[in-house]
Amino acid sequence: MIHARGLGRRFGNKRVLAGLDLDVDRGDFLLVTGANGSGKTTLLRLIAGLIAPTAGQLEVDLDRSRLGFLGHDPLVYRELTPLENLDLYGRLYRIPERRERAGMLLERFGLWAARNESTSALSRGMLQRLALSRALLHEPDLLLLDEPFAALDAAGAELLLGELERAVPGRTIVLSSHQPERLAGRPTSRLALAAA
Amino acid sequence: MTGYLADVAALARKDLLVELRSRDTVPAMLLFVVGALVVFHFALPDDSSGLAAAGMLWIALLFTALLALVRSFVAEREGAVIDGLILAPCDRSAIWLGKTLSVVAFLIFAEAVALPAFALFYEPVSWELVAGVALADIGIASVGTLLGAMAAAARARELLLPLLFLPLAIPLVVGGVGATLAEDPARYLGFLALYDLIFAILSWASFEYVVTE
Repeated sequence: MIHARGLGRRFGNKRVLAGLDLDVDRGDFLLVTGANGSGKTTLLRLIAGLIAPTAGQLEVDLDRSRLGFLGHDPLVYRELTPLENLDLYGRLYRIPERRERAGMLLERFGLWAARNESTSALSRGMLQRLALSRALLHEPDLLLLDEPFAALDAAGAELLLGELERAVPGRTIVLSSHQPERLAGRPTSRLALAAA
Repeated sequence: MTGYLADVAALARKDLLVELRSRDTVPAMLLFVVGALVVFHFALPDDSSGLAAAGMLWIALLFTALLALVRSFVAEREGAVIDGLILAPCDRSAIWLGKTLSVVAFLIFAEAVALPAFALFYEPVSWELVAGVALADIGIASVGTLLGAMAAAARARELLLPLLFLPLAIPLVVGGVGATLAEDPARYLGFLALYDLIFAILSWASFEYVVTE
């Protein structure tokens, strides 16, 4: 599903990724680890197509409508409510019965009571739960999760682990984390990045 | 096509809802345009002509529009929401069209106050002026939304947008003032319509390249 050869990315004079070869098959669970600045976020943004490589080749055999992305930012409007945010994304992703799907995810991630509150009033942890709901809204085939445990409390982390456990046939997951011990045995492969 | 228009409607509705909740842009536009017209009223000599007043009105409208354009992608920049929109499977030009429609709506709000204020301080509002303003709104929003998206990615965005926008807005001022004052306003209204058509197509087609690398 994901094939990279000699993949590299520079930001100005700073080389963040260099000469990366990578193959991820459908259904794989790839854990990406590495120190700060080693290029984990850059790799996930490259795979998502949010930035372009400056060296090498990257192929992702997937329509972008089947990709779910959780980054450092929640990608939601602060002025809208959680329900309105998910409804907007549901429309753009053309999800049938989007309201039911949004309601189900908000309930699953413990946000149902806050569904009509302003998103700007949510705590960092609740925002992360909303971001997870957004990333999972369209039941993606490829899930890119960049530090998904950040800001989550123990209950939130359990919900995330439960979601990762949930059997979705053929779902590919690429997850970067500084806390690989939380995933105990779930990833099928591991990529350790070193600063370029 | 229905899906495309539904995306545009959803995105424009979202912008109006965001503005309704935050009230960041339209109140500032209203205060600015009325304030500018009052200042111009006292700045112009008593015996100044209607030509000068019309010119002042167009300057006030243009700078009021800049306020809307500078803020047009603030909500998308905060929390990197633009990434979420880019990842969504909708046509990226729908993002531009939805934003352009919401900017036009903000401009109409401001002008609904500015034109009566102009009539109060200076001279009656003619149908040629209203037609010119309506056509200029489309051009301002089309070009300004594209440039607003470009500037949003830059560090000095508040400086960059006026520098990019004002040169491209000169034809709009020429057409608008001409439509207001010339004996043959149809010629200038046609010029504005042509400007709108060309720049709307260019902006619609190039938006995808502006928001992606």
